[in-house]
Amino acid sequence: MSKKMAIIASKGTLDMAYPPFILASTAAALGYEVQVFFTFYGLQLLRKDLSDVKISPLANPAMPMPIPMPVMVQMLPGMETMATMIMKDKIKKKGVASLEELRDLCLEAEVKFIACQMTVDLFDFTKDDFIDGIEYGGAATFMGFAGETDVCLFI
Amino acid sequence: MNFDKELNVSSMSCPLPIIKTKKVLSGMESNQVLKVVATDAGAVKDMQAFADQTGNTLLASTEDHGAYIFYMKKK
Repeated sequence: MSKKMAIIASKGTLDMAYPPFILASTAAALGYEVQVFFTFYGLQLLRKDLSDVKISPLANPAMPMPIPMPVMVQMLPGMETMATMIMKDKIKKKGVASLEELRDLCLEAEVKFIACQMTVDLFDFTKDDFIDGIEYGGAATFMGFAGETDVCLFI
Repeated sequence: MNFDKELNVSSMSCPLPIIKTKKVLSGMESNQVLKVVATDAGAVKDMQAFADQTGNTLLASTEDHGAYIFYMKKK
């Protein structure tokens, strides 16, 4: 019987979007059966359009910036968009896969994506906002699979 | 070393070399050998880990002028 991994993806920023997709796609390649449960801001990662997934330099002192940037500057309009552009450019130059590509690889490898129904309702999302081929469920759905896993992560 | 298929994952970063390797291996026959060329230094440990966990055999892992070359025999 194959090993199993469950991940809770709870963050919706560009940097925090990578670990669930990287681990899920890799585990699937290693023969794991994988489920990812997307809740709260993690739901952003299931949207058809991922352009709202951004990175903010604000309150993120560990983010390497091309030039030192005071917090007063980081809070100006457009800084988040700029930081996101810089990061995406870097991702492309270094040969790191895009989020869309990693997400597609997960789906292709039959990773099961589950959207948390409660937070879908809480944020007034509709099924039309999300990609096809996902399931909807709650905490008990997650526990049903998580209780039998070899690896279980909260991201 | 003889090989049946070659995969070039140069300039790709983790986890793409592993995932592409797995995909190509899936379409190959048992005991066939896949040659993989990568530039990601992390692939050296990852290819061994992939082999250990999937039962495929890493026949050789070498470096040549910044390129990492692997020969993976399918289970």
